[in-house]
Amino acid sequence: MLLIRCPYCEMERPDVEFKYAGEAHLVRPPNPAAASDEEWGAFLYLRANDKGLHAERWRHTSGCGRYFNCLRDTVSDKISATYKAGEARPRVA
Amino acid sequence: MTRVGRSLNNYGERLAFAAVYGLDKGAAAWRHGGRASTGSLPALKFSFASLARQALKGHTGWPEQWRSPEPKRAYDAVIVGAGGHGLATAYYMAKEHGMRNIAVLEKGWLGGGNTGRNTTIIRSNYLWEPSEAIYGHAHKLWHGLSQELNYNVMFSPRGVMLIAHSHHDEQSFKRHIYANRLAGAQNEWVTPEQAKEFCPLLNIDPSIRYPIVGAALQRSGGTARHDAVAWGYARAASTLGVDIVENCEVKGIHRDSTGAVSGLETTRGPIAARRIGVAAAGATSIVMAMAGVRMPLESFPLQALVSEPLKPVMPCVVMSNTIHAYMSQSDKGELVIGAGMDAYTSYSQTGGLHIATQTLEAICEMFPTLSRLRMMRNWGGIVDVTPDRSPIISRTPVEGLFVNCGWGTGGFKATPGSGHVFAHQVATGEPHLINAPFSLDRFRTGGLINEAAAAAVAH
Repeated sequence: MLLIRCPYCEMERPDVEFKYAGEAHLVRPPNPAAASDEEWGAFLYLRANDKGLHAERWRHTSGCGRYFNCLRDTVSDKISATYKAGEARPRVA
Repeated sequence: MTRVGRSLNNYGERLAFAAVYGLDKGAAAWRHGGRASTGSLPALKFSFASLARQALKGHTGWPEQWRSPEPKRAYDAVIVGAGGHGLATAYYMAKEHGMRNIAVLEKGWLGGGNTGRNTTIIRSNYLWEPSEAIYGHAHKLWHGLSQELNYNVMFSPRGVMLIAHSHHDEQSFKRHIYANRLAGAQNEWVTPEQAKEFCPLLNIDPSIRYPIVGAALQRSGGTARHDAVAWGYARAASTLGVDIVENCEVKGIHRDSTGAVSGLETTRGPIAARRIGVAAAGATSIVMAMAGVRMPLESFPLQALVSEPLKPVMPCVVMSNTIHAYMSQSDKGELVIGAGMDAYTSYSQTGGLHIATQTLEAICEMFPTLSRLRMMRNWGGIVDVTPDRSPIISRTPVEGLFVNCGWGTGGFKATPGSGHVFAHQVATGEPHLINAPFSLDRFRTGGLINEAAAAAVAH
């Protein structure tokens, strides 16, 4: 069980209140009609799957309902930061 | 703690297994953690006569089951990962493609990853034709595997029943049944009463929270002994000259000036190889990144539990993907229970307790007789999941580098078939007819093979 701090509600809540929503900071091809099959395939399917620090999206489904981002270590499951959607990935030691 | 518990469990199981097969000396060697190589091949064949001879000699003459050699500086091909899939691949490369100068590298101990952690279910009732081809291929190989390897993998086709709890489940399962029959795979619809007749432990009371409205039954499905599969393939491959190198972690993949692979950097020194086959399950993304290849994979914990041992109560395998639980009984008497996948990616090999709790609630509802049963162990394995829930058995953009991954929550059942076709892929460089659709390139072309509904564990 993770304790996740929602940056909108500004509260630490158990992970059953949230829904995991995959890798963060994936950028949709800016001009979809011009994107190649490689670019579409990479955007849709290729994932970093980091072992260690991982930037990921969560949605506070049982709270405010908003998406936000989270930095979590995928070996220890320790969360080092959560931040609002649209904000840059913070630097952590 | 989970790891320790599991390895003790393996130790206990090895002793039990050894006792059954009269491998006392082998068990003693395991007990002292020693499998030092003697350099000789285990030529001893298991038979009634050899068991009797060993019994008369006080079980002092059993050789080690596979060699533990120092890695050579160069091989014709190297397989990364000594789980079931990697060992099966090496075995078929040696046996069917005549490649004897090959090695299997393993970061930990043989069969210690998902091979030793899964719930050993074997079935072939997937939806699409490419899936039916590969799982069907595996299913055929299971039937003769103990004889082929001269090692009892305890394959037991006791029947696998997938429980439907709603009208939607019923429609979906019947679609699978019709597709399976068209493809020649056995699968049938049974009513709640027929399901209870097949598995008397089942609660078919229509008033429960998720009532059972029927089930899809594959009578030819079942279980096998997971560790014996790894050990049997290891022994057979080693006998054919394959070097199995444990405690040897791959730290890098070398490439020559043309970009093709030329070798590996390992914790036991550099090893040259022009062909590398990666069969690293949950760690595949990390190994492939060493060659600069990004993968359409995410790694999640998948949990399982075993109960205290009981007398035989459970004659088959029962699965429910609607309420996230599946169960069978091992030959030792433990009820083997599998949970749904954890919600977020992780390499922690544990998983959240609430996931296991939810599974046990579902088990207690389907099998109320078991509600006071104690669970002995709970552990997690890291499964590599693809976007379409089908595996990848493929060449890669890097010359000489091949990958067999993405088996997600259900790779054990495919072990012989997966190894057989991947051996063809690595040995010849070209895909076998059966693994051609499972290319890495399908995530560019869009030729996906969607098995999310058949994978049986909720994703």
